[in-house]
Amino acid sequence: MDFWTDPYLFLVNWLQELLVGWGVPAATSAFLLMLTGAFILAMGAMLFVLGLIWFERKIAGRFQDRFGPNRIGPWGIIQPLADMLKIFTKEHITPDGVDLVPYNLGPVLSVAAVLAVWAVLPFTLSLVGADLDVSVLYVVAIGGLGEIAVVLSGWGSNNKYALLAAFRSVAQLLSYEVPLVIALLVPVMLSGSLSLNDIVRGQTLPYVILAPVAAFVFFLTSIAEVGRSPFDLTEAESELVAGFNIEYSGLKFGMFYVADFLHAFTISLLFAVLFLGGWQGPYAVQYPMLGLLWFFLKAGVVYFIGVWMRVSFPRFRIDQMMAISWKLLTPLAIAAVILTALIAKLIPTDGILRTGSLLAANLLLAGCAMLALILNRKKKILKEFPLSAASGFSVKDVTGKTQRSAQ
Amino acid sequence: MNAAQVIFILAAAITLFSALMVVSVRRMMHAALWLIVTLLGVAVLFVLLQAGFFAVVQVLFYVGAIAILIIFAVMLTRQVMSEKAPQLNRGWVAGLGVSAGLMVILALVLRNFPGSTATAVADPSAGNAVALGLAFSDPSGFAIPFEVASILLVAALIGTIYIALERKGGEQ
Amino acid sequence: MIPLSWYLLVAAALFCIGLFGVLARRNAIAILMGIELMLNAVNINLLAFWSYLHHDRMNGLVFAAIVFAAAAAETAVGLGLILSVYRRRGTVVAEELDTMKG
Repeated sequence: MDFWTDPYLFLVNWLQELLVGWGVPAATSAFLLMLTGAFILAMGAMLFVLGLIWFERKIAGRFQDRFGPNRIGPWGIIQPLADMLKIFTKEHITPDGVDLVPYNLGPVLSVAAVLAVWAVLPFTLSLVGADLDVSVLYVVAIGGLGEIAVVLSGWGSNNKYALLAAFRSVAQLLSYEVPLVIALLVPVMLSGSLSLNDIVRGQTLPYVILAPVAAFVFFLTSIAEVGRSPFDLTEAESELVAGFNIEYSGLKFGMFYVADFLHAFTISLLFAVLFLGGWQGPYAVQYPMLGLLWFFLKAGVVYFIGVWMRVSFPRFRIDQMMAISWKLLTPLAIAAVILTALIAKLIPTDGILRTGSLLAANLLLAGCAMLALILNRKKKILKEFPLSAASGFSVKDVTGKTQRSAQ
Repeated sequence: MNAAQVIFILAAAITLFSALMVVSVRRMMHAALWLIVTLLGVAVLFVLLQAGFFAVVQVLFYVGAIAILIIFAVMLTRQVMSEKAPQLNRGWVAGLGVSAGLMVILALVLRNFPGSTATAVADPSAGNAVALGLAFSDPSGFAIPFEVASILLVAALIGTIYIALERKGGEQ
Repeated sequence: MIPLSWYLLVAAALFCIGLFGVLARRNAIAILMGIELMLNAVNINLLAFWSYLHHDRMNGLVFAAIVFAAAAAETAVGLGLILSVYRRRGTVVAEELDTMKG
């Protein structure tokens, strides 16, 4: 095929023919090409993180009414490179009494678990690392490996506060994995397949319109899975001495840092694949490289919303986080799955009726959830101040005694 | 000796070596970590058996949930067994004898097993998730074992919560 | 290609290692880990037979899936019991839990 319509496929075929022409057997040449592709993808992802860090710091700065980094390079663009050089040259201080294998394996596994997700994302029509039948399950399973990395670093640090922070972090990750997996069932049901490629192709209308509640639950739970604000109790600098990565310095800490930002962008990519239509867009089928552009634009918008949330909300306490996961998101996700299953079964053909009823059911569910939240808050206020809530406002004087004002 | 055989021998060697480490290392945390390596090796064997769905489920359940549970339990009971105490009990020689004997018997039986030289049929669409889902939801298929398994899981959930709950009022 | 007997031998070896772990270790959690090894060996066995001899039917896969579910349930309950015993008696060594002896 032409170079201009699909440069990726053209390049792959040309390289394959070149290798076979040199005498390499076909299976080995395919394996070598896959190895090269994996290497390029991993390097590309790691280098992309530099741009992500710059983007986040600039945007966070603007939200907070200040410039971001603007000293080094135009608009501070070389700042992440300077940070990278600094982290490379810092000393690795290994504390006394650490268990060397878990201590050193923690950061490596943390980054590996994030990069492994990039292997199944469909970047364009033809550019997929591994077109698995069960890529949705694979993504969740790799998240489990990331949890093991947290436990390993917390244990290997020989520091009881790091261990406590690792416990809390794993508790948070496990609790938020439940609504994540349940909300993931909704795009799977609507497209009929566990493969991310099929989910992208099945989205004639983006699933965020057909299943807004599931998209909302997926977005919140994946922000909590990454550990970004407002769910970053376990790794914030002022909480529990910065969490499970307290004893790491130098490049090992740099690996955790990179894993954090890369994971945040990876979940934006996943959200774009599952709910926003992935690489689909104008002319994405004729010129697949445009599909790559649409994909990254959609992920960039979701990442921007993530940064926006980070700079706008205060941090949750651990009990508030657990309450949100178990009492709000899990029932919401289960109800969304049941509603979607009912409607998808009753109206199996794709059309305006199915879209309309799915949208109506989701809005009804969101309305019921908000009503339940409001009633719950009123009940709590009623329990604490029984007289005041029933009869108008109450005023506390300087000694703290509650006095009733006139109605 | 083609690529599949090489990968199989590598995966089997890693699995069996880490299983040996699980039952013989002194520190419990290391045993849990070796268990994770074993489970990942078993997942690779599942991929070689063309049961890719089960490989992913193995990583998801065993590594992502059960291994973390075991690590938590090890960490919560850490100070109990000192690292210097022997970790094999008094009857370990008899245990070794029983295991080795069983291995010998199984190897002899398997050598004379009639179907044991069969080679795999490459059928990539055989064990995929759609077929499994259809089998599980078919009333004349396997819907009943499915329901029984879910009842088992609910019973285990309720039972574990009840057992592990701290009694605030003293003995029952 | 890989003959079926290789998979069955690996599964048998894993089962015997797990059996040794159950019979010979003192720590109750180590005994549970041995049980996990045995269940994994059973799964390898089931899926090997399914893949080589009966890959047109779903029985092997369903059996393996039920084994997964049973293993998860049993591990959860077992660890809950061990933690509860640890709280009462202060030990996880299986030999020291002998109040019903004799």
